[in-house]
Amino acid sequence: MFSLMRSMWLTFLHAFHKRDTILYPEQKAILPTRWRGRIVLSRDPDGGERCVACNLCAVACPVDCISLQATEDETGRRYPDFFRINFSRCIFCGYCEDACPTYAIQLIPDFEMGEYNRQNLVYEKKDLLINGQGKYHGYNYYKVAGMAIGGKDKGEAENERPPVDVKSLIP
Amino acid sequence: MATIYIDNTPFEVPTGKNLLETCLTLGQDLPYFCWHPAMGSIGACRQCAVKVYKDENDTKGKLFMSCMEQVRDGMRISIVDPEAKEFRAHVIGWLMTNHPHDCAVCDEGGACHLQDMTVMTGHNYRNYTFDKRTYKNQYLGPFLNHEMNRCIQCYRCVRYYKDYAGGKDLDVFAAHNHLYFGRAEDGVLESEFSGNLAEVCPTGVFTDKTLKQHYTRKWDLTMAPSVCHHCSLGCNTTAGERYGTLRSITNRYNGEVNGYFLCDRGRFGYEHVNSVSRIRKSLVRSNLPEATDKYTALQAAVQAIRQGSIIGIGSARASLESNFMLKTLVGEDNFHHGVSDTEHDLTELSLKILKESSARTPSMQEVEQADAVFILGEDLTNTAPMLALAVRQAVRQEPLLEQVSKANIPVWQDAAVRELVQTDSGPLFIATPTTTKLDELATQTYFADPDAIARLGFAVANIIYPESPGVSGLKNDDMHLAQQIADALMKAKNPVVISGTSTGSEAILKAAANIANSLIAKEKAAGIVLTLPSSNSMGLAMLGGHRLQSAFEAIENNYADTVIILENDLYRHASEGTVTNFLKSCKKVIVLDYLHNATTEQADVLLATGAFSEADGTLVNNEGRAQRFYQVHPTEEDIQESWRWLGELGTIVAHDQISWWHGYDDILSAIVKEHPEMKGLEMVTPPSDFRIAGQKIPRAPHRFSGRTAMRANINVSEPKPAEDPDSPLSYTMEGYRGQPPSSMIPFFWAPGWNSNQAVNKYQQEVGGHLKGGDPGIRLIEPDPEHQFSFSAAVSEKFNPMDGHLFILPMHHTFGSEELSAQSASVQERIPEPYIAINTDDALRMKLDEGQLMPFAIEGQLYQLPVKLSPTIASGTAGLPVGLPGVPFAELPAWAILNRELQWKPQHQTTF
Ligand code: SF4
Ligand code: SF4
Ligand code: SF4
Ligand code: SF4
Ligand code: FES
Repeated sequence: MFSLMRSMWLTFLHAFHKRDTILYPEQKAILPTRWRGRIVLSRDPDGGERCVACNLCAVACPVDCISLQATEDETGRRYPDFFRINFSRCIFCGYCEDACPTYAIQLIPDFEMGEYNRQNLVYEKKDLLINGQGKYHGYNYYKVAGMAIGGKDKGEAENERPPVDVKSLIP
Repeated sequence: MATIYIDNTPFEVPTGKNLLETCLTLGQDLPYFCWHPAMGSIGACRQCAVKVYKDENDTKGKLFMSCMEQVRDGMRISIVDPEAKEFRAHVIGWLMTNHPHDCAVCDEGGACHLQDMTVMTGHNYRNYTFDKRTYKNQYLGPFLNHEMNRCIQCYRCVRYYKDYAGGKDLDVFAAHNHLYFGRAEDGVLESEFSGNLAEVCPTGVFTDKTLKQHYTRKWDLTMAPSVCHHCSLGCNTTAGERYGTLRSITNRYNGEVNGYFLCDRGRFGYEHVNSVSRIRKSLVRSNLPEATDKYTALQAAVQAIRQGSIIGIGSARASLESNFMLKTLVGEDNFHHGVSDTEHDLTELSLKILKESSARTPSMQEVEQADAVFILGEDLTNTAPMLALAVRQAVRQEPLLEQVSKANIPVWQDAAVRELVQTDSGPLFIATPTTTKLDELATQTYFADPDAIARLGFAVANIIYPESPGVSGLKNDDMHLAQQIADALMKAKNPVVISGTSTGSEAILKAAANIANSLIAKEKAAGIVLTLPSSNSMGLAMLGGHRLQSAFEAIENNYADTVIILENDLYRHASEGTVTNFLKSCKKVIVLDYLHNATTEQADVLLATGAFSEADGTLVNNEGRAQRFYQVHPTEEDIQESWRWLGELGTIVAHDQISWWHGYDDILSAIVKEHPEMKGLEMVTPPSDFRIAGQKIPRAPHRFSGRTAMRANINVSEPKPAEDPDSPLSYTMEGYRGQPPSSMIPFFWAPGWNSNQAVNKYQQEVGGHLKGGDPGIRLIEPDPEHQFSFSAAVSEKFNPMDGHLFILPMHHTFGSEELSAQSASVQERIPEPYIAINTDDALRMKLDEGQLMPFAIEGQLYQLPVKLSPTIASGTAGLPVGLPGVPFAELPAWAILNRELQWKPQHQTTF
């Protein structure tokens, strides 16, 4: 009997508490920066596409909702020919972001993706690619990797010596 | 057998092997780089260290390289010993000091032995903070990509390319920590076996360039076991698909056929499947638009069949099932082989020889064990490339057997063995019309016209076994050579005679058969290998059928008026005029094919069939081994196997047999019923209702990605995955995860082993047979009851004709085979057409290298640049077969020249 009364009393007190519910959509939720929402593809500091089409996000995705095809430009820089996320399947787990070796794929604090037509939840590269670096600044995968691409020849990456002269005997 | 203790657990293992392969055979995970099961050990990478203890009281032990230690009875070793583990982790740490941060953009990634081994040793973080060494890459031709930064200096590439495959243009350069593995300068890798570097190299230095153009990770490929369609040897391959196009061909280990390797024609010829000249829709020419759906096409074909009297033309590149279905549909009397009459007769003769001779035809792996080889007429590198590689191994290993056992060195001690053997090589005799790539290994070569080659062969047989008919009027030199060959063959334990159909000479085949049987008569375990023109030539010959010429006559004489042509470009098998005439005289021409060609252009009804990766079927290789290839991916509804098209046609016209066959297994049983000699065919693979634990075998790896997105652009609701009614394989990643039966392994993978080197886990013993036996069933075995009758058809000496040249067919690895010649990368390697003539003859005709020479064969005019050859016999000339721009002629044949060419009257001996 007492516990019943107590519960009613506590519930009644809530009527005078500060409200947790916000008046969405007039009022916007405050999301932490690490919130796992809508996925974007970012660019490196030089403005180049960060994604190198390595397929790691796709293989990490537990619901297999990422699909892409690698291709290369004439200088040997690899990028995705198409990059598709089926958001009607995505569970926003963030595994793709964890798997990405280039910081290209990022989950951002935005969840407002409601659609009447499920087909519209299929995002292609043009819908995903943003014009900035997103959450992670300063990283440029190709500056670290050994592949030569346009504007960066062999030996010009970070921590690299100039290419070996095969004919030299000097150590 | 010996007992060894690995981490205190006793194991019974065979002696003579090294510790590394023994551990791998036992299923242990032990990292390695430089050792390769086909190439032995050199102990260069130091990755395979284990602790070896003196006895059970020894607790300290010593580190040993397991690949350099022979198994001894009572040996005690430890793989998990902390010191050994730490050593291995350090070694890989050092190997990785200069390794680039490339995995994300490296084509090896996901199937990389270096990745696997790094994970296996637990070396996770880089602790070397200094600058990395870099290299410039080289252009290596259309097949391979070069990214030298990734090299770990294991030496596998040069050991494979130079020592194993006999290549000349890949080497190691520079010194100390600057080692460079590549060519002396940029350029196309010359070897016909260069593609194997992509699998031999444990890192991403050499990768498949054709895969790069539509790059897909191994885990994303839908894969199925396939069989190479580009020559008669039937190497086993794994074909991988993604997004509807074929992406790559990799080796599928078969301990009796191709082992660990493939030739470049087989590895890169697959691109024909993606070629722009693919037939994607069926056509009915009388309709507008011509491209139509399946039902209209079927209707048109049925109408043509009902209204006409039909004949069928089969194909040596189509599966046994498709040919059999056509044969049943049109009736045995109306089934013709779609190959030139020479080819038809020679293939039939080859089959007869294999069936009737007392000599067995060895598998390719058995050829590698041969201790004397005699090749008659075949330029193996160009007609059956992998057999050339097998012969190379035979010749390399022969001196080894004797010397090495004397010196008490195990055969896998590669460096020591090579030091001992030096350039010594086993007996190899080659008699061919002109030079071949194997000549460098030959004890003796003999360049002559086909008749002379046959005569030499007959002479050898006669020397070995005098009941085999002799040859009269042989020159002294030739007699001497014949004696030398006979002696070498008699000295050997397992001599092998190799010949084939590529010279177009019956006499050569008969001579080869005589030699093999003479050896058998002398109680030698001799073998005979005959190479055939196409992937299913043997299957077609076993089915039986009439010549192509009789098909032409049937139409000409109004015996029939409608023809069904199965996967065949007739213009490659008969002269242009004849074929055009023939097709014009037919009331209706029904063609089933997957690539547009001159024949499909004239089809009234063209049915779009599946290429090898879109079809199920069986091929019978030159050894008589029936092997199944599986469909790799589902096709659009309208593209289907030829046998399915023909089956549907048969059902619609209510054919009294075909109507009763439902599905693939029924066709196999029908073939066996009709052809009892093909018994075993139904056992090549498990039936289509085979399941393991109630499950199908998945074609896709369990990491296959993008299932719910790859079709989402078309429709976000995923359709039900396609079902495969013909096989126990599923098109998806769902199904049984363990090892399937050996004949249906879609890809090699084991936990921790993502590269193709996971094959270790599928073998009974490393480098041996697959668990459950190697795939394929041999349909031809010699009949011990049968008495071989020696052929007495000894050929006459060849006599040149005034104003004529005797044209011999010249085959090319790249270009002579119809399908691979449609592959973009192979096309870059196709030689320009030429006519090869003897240097002296050219001098007499006042022709220089490169000058155009006009000539005519059977009314077909040619004008080709001259290539001088010092070896081709005077009075003969070599014409490349099947190259684009070289019209068909049935070779060998006389060509009429439009210039004076007279021959000195030859000294004729009379008897
Ligand atoms: S957030 Fe998770 S479910 Fe969504 S795409 Fe990334 S990995 Fe897949
Ligand atoms: S993991 Fe990153 S770099 Fe790799 S494909 Fe995905 S987004 Fe691109
Ligand atoms: S070779 Fe292997 S480890 Fe090296 S970058 Fe390529 S995938 Fe990575
Ligand atoms: S290129 Fe490959 S196979 Fe050759 S030494 Fe380097 S890592 Fe080994
Ligand atoms: S595998 Fe044993 S040292 Fe390389």
